[in-house]
Amino acid sequence: MNEIPLTHILFVSTALFFIGMYGLFTRRNIITMLMSIELMLNSVNINFVAFNKYLFPDKLDGLFFSLFIITIAAAEAAVAIAIIINLYRSHQSIDVDDATEMKF
Amino acid sequence: MNTSAIIFYAIATLILGAALLAVTTLKIFRSAIWLLFSLVGIAALYFWMQVEFIAAIQIVVYVGGIVVLIIFSIFLTQQSGKEMAKPAASKIIFSALAAILGTAFTFNLINHYGFNTISAQPFNTNVSEIGTQMLSTTSHGFILPFEVVSMLLLAAMVGCIVIAMKPTAANIVHLNKKED
Repeated sequence: MNEIPLTHILFVSTALFFIGMYGLFTRRNIITMLMSIELMLNSVNINFVAFNKYLFPDKLDGLFFSLFIITIAAAEAAVAIAIIINLYRSHQSIDVDDATEMKF
Repeated sequence: MNTSAIIFYAIATLILGAALLAVTTLKIFRSAIWLLFSLVGIAALYFWMQVEFIAAIQIVVYVGGIVVLIIFSIFLTQQSGKEMAKPAASKIIFSALAAILGTAFTFNLINHYGFNTISAQPFNTNVSEIGTQMLSTTSHGFILPFEVVSMLLLAAMVGCIVIAMKPTAANIVHLNKKED
């Protein structure tokens, strides 16, 4: 357990964050962009829990932060899917390139 | 290299491999399934760190809630077997370059920063401990964010219903009357 240093967990979460960023940049479909955002939020949660466990084991603040992040991510996904369904109804497509009415 | 380390590297490989496939595969339904595997891997990482409560929440909310919601919305809006258009080559190159450079930069920072780890103290994550602190009104309690987040969930629920509601004929007449 203690042979794995904190830095290796941070390496995993960093790589996960940048994989999510790559997906957000390359995808043009709103649902897959939402998936990339979920990956990035999860990497942040791993960081909070790892820092709490390895650096401040007498407190629980990191755990609470990740709990609230999970809650807000759930609310965000629900609202995003309502918006996606509404967009599909009006545009018959969920590509961001097809919804350009408000583009400057 | 003992068993715990081998388990950690196996979990890390699962998380990163599944995430990489989730952002690169061209079929949207497969992408959702790879995301599911990645989230299960993250729950396994929480189990490995012995924070069972967060692992359970991760499985219940992400795997049981968000991924199912995403799969439902794929079925409602797309033909799930159809391949998506490939992104332009220049976009792939520049995004990959940005991601790799960012990863390298952050790896370098983490590598050179000395974290002084405290491993003598045991990490106490009883559910009773978490619940007591969550609902306590003292200076280290989390009752205010707890209440605020419950209001947020209520607002999100009402907002989802209003946004996704199909406007009925009676509704449209009512709206037109209002405009007059």
